[in-house]
Amino acid sequence: MMACHFLRALFRIQQTSTSSSSSGRSRRIRRAAYASMAYSAGTRRAWSRALLRKLRSRARLRFPRRLSRAATPQRRDMDQAQVLRKLVPGGPSMDDCKLLEETADYIRCLTTQVRLMQTVMDSISS
Amino acid sequence: MSGRRSRISEEEIKELISKLQFLLPETRRQGGSRASAAKLLQETCNYIERLHRDVDDLSDRLTELMATMDISSAQAEIVRSLLRS
Repeated sequence: MMACHFLRALFRIQQTSTSSSSSGRSRRIRRAAYASMAYSAGTRRAWSRALLRKLRSRARLRFPRRLSRAATPQRRDMDQAQVLRKLVPGGPSMDDCKLLEETADYIRCLTTQVRLMQTVMDSISS
Repeated sequence: MSGRRSRISEEEIKELISKLQFLLPETRRQGGSRASAAKLLQETCNYIERLHRDVDDLSDRLTELMATMDISSAQAEIVRSLLRS
């Protein structure tokens, strides 16, 4: 369950990071967010398997960010499927059909995680 | 799933595209009108990037909150809100 995993991680982070920087703590929370997404989908999905691999290898979790469209005008003609492949974990090894399927599931999971984080925030600050 | 992967039918592609269309807030608002594939992919990329940014922002904001508040005291309230949502 996404919520359980994420909440447990949050409590752990609060207890164990009194001396670390706030950006360090923010990175840990961010990592916990992606971890709880990946664990909730488990090995059923290519994107979650790719994410789990990345998390276990302790590599830095990075997603490409396009700057404002004005800054990169050449991107407009770029193959959007290629851009999408860079955004979805495990994307590069997917064919077009698989990419669409995985993207839909990834979006659903991301949205749930964002809503979860928002709910936690609202209830802490109330 | 079946082993029919070698030939992906037009039907399957259409279904995946409409699933995606439904998930994206922009295209859903347009009432499912036929957007071009390129436009749909672009919307999808924009939306995912936005969600990634949201995760980053919420992580920062949670960090700030947790610096001043002991969240274990808010445990009950958090669980209540999650059950409600």
